[in-house]
Amino acid sequence: MTRVAWIRTGVVLGALGALELACRAGAIPPKMVIAPSAMAGAMVRVLAAGDLGPHLAQTLSAVGIAMAVAIAGGFAAGLVLHAFPGLRRAADPFLAAYYAIPHFAFYPLLIVIFGLGPTPLVVLATLFSMAAMVVGTLAGLDRVPRVLLKTARVHRLSAWDEVRHVRLPAAAPHLLSGVKLAVAYAFIGVIAGEFILSTSGIGHEIAYAYDNFDNARMYGLILFVLVLVSAFNATLYAWERRMQRRRST
Amino acid sequence: MSALRTLRAPLLAVLALAALWQGLHQLAGDVAITAPVPTLGHLFTMIGEPRFGPHLRETALAFAQALAIACAGGVGLGVVLGGHRLSGEVAEPLLVGLYSIPKITLYPVILLVFGLGMPAKVAFGALHGIVPIVLFTMNAVRNVNRVYLRAGRAMRLTPVQTGWFVLVPATLPEIFSGLRIGFSLTLLGTMMGELFASQRGLGFLLMTAIDLNDVKTILAIAVLISAFALATNSLLLAIDARLRRGAAPQPLR
Repeated sequence: MTRVAWIRTGVVLGALGALELACRAGAIPPKMVIAPSAMAGAMVRVLAAGDLGPHLAQTLSAVGIAMAVAIAGGFAAGLVLHAFPGLRRAADPFLAAYYAIPHFAFYPLLIVIFGLGPTPLVVLATLFSMAAMVVGTLAGLDRVPRVLLKTARVHRLSAWDEVRHVRLPAAAPHLLSGVKLAVAYAFIGVIAGEFILSTSGIGHEIAYAYDNFDNARMYGLILFVLVLVSAFNATLYAWERRMQRRRST
Repeated sequence: MSALRTLRAPLLAVLALAALWQGLHQLAGDVAITAPVPTLGHLFTMIGEPRFGPHLRETALAFAQALAIACAGGVGLGVVLGGHRLSGEVAEPLLVGLYSIPKITLYPVILLVFGLGMPAKVAFGALHGIVPIVLFTMNAVRNVNRVYLRAGRAMRLTPVQTGWFVLVPATLPEIFSGLRIGFSLTLLGTMMGELFASQRGLGFLLMTAIDLNDVKTILAIAVLISAFALATNSLLLAIDARLRRGAAPQPLR
């Protein structure tokens, strides 16, 4: 581990320790925040109780579907937009302003169209994360060196082979940052949707525990979600860094 | 003529959206989605009603406060973290982690700490907006060309002069991009804060409309918020492009 990483770990542990001390000493009332050790204990209890399974399955499958559709669809849309500059000029203002629109304002509409249940959530999260993938794909394709495309033409690659063997690998780093954002947004879209307007899923369980003043369960669930998402993101980052290192040598 | 050309793309975009909306209405009918013209008419009558004013003011006030905190705090923190390399490197992965977690899970904690009402909304909005502003500012300060600073020293500029004539022009374009993204995210955060456990504001109106299945009101508020977001975003984008025109090309990282 590098020195910076040691300091970072120290800072995080120090902050947790300070919070633990403040909670145990009674400076922060347990009605507000419970001690980190109590949060960890609550997380273990919540997981051991076993009633979380269906909610977890629902949330994760919604995230998984949204993620897959957003990444595949975003990549395809990026390819099409890149191939037709006229279309792209028309789409550019949409893409530039896309994340300025508070999507959750349209969530009720999706419920009216698709009914209660997981479908509007999946649609919302897909829409929310797809634009990041489109932008990432366009950025990646813009930076494919022209000489590689010429080489592909010299080798008389078909359109599909050209995409698979030339464009995709050359654009990979930018595609990966698109993927990273799409993953984060899929999680955010699903969990926030469950939180506000849903009757099941992890997000709803947190909101439900909050409504019932069940702080131990609430903090246990929050900790679980944060650990889960952070672990997922950290894996993606590590993968990206390994790819960059391989590329630079 | 040139004004027409610059306006053509956004105009086409708006027309395409309106056509899509009308098409969806034809497909799904009034129960699911009302037609554009009656919805806009409803929006105008709603704005005219006296009960609408306080809700709009509540949301605007929460958003303005959250934005002020996010901008001032984000730029301040970003300058410190960018100027001191070690603390910047320590903080960056933590900030990126904070950026990509679903922050809504932290909203109950904020509600417990700040209580129901305005402060919780402001804190939640600011929490959304501050992270990108810190990250962009930090990068901008970190990437200031050392030659500029050395040139400033050669000309014996005082620290204040160095800040005003060297650091501000060198970092402004990138910081402004951060502020633009922070603006959108603060709006998103404030709105989400109002959707959950709120008694006033546009988000509260939206939730009431959902409970009553009042599609017209839902759409009218969604259009109002989106129009505000799009208008300010395109204004900020225009300023952004203007700032960047004078700046040196960014080195590829």
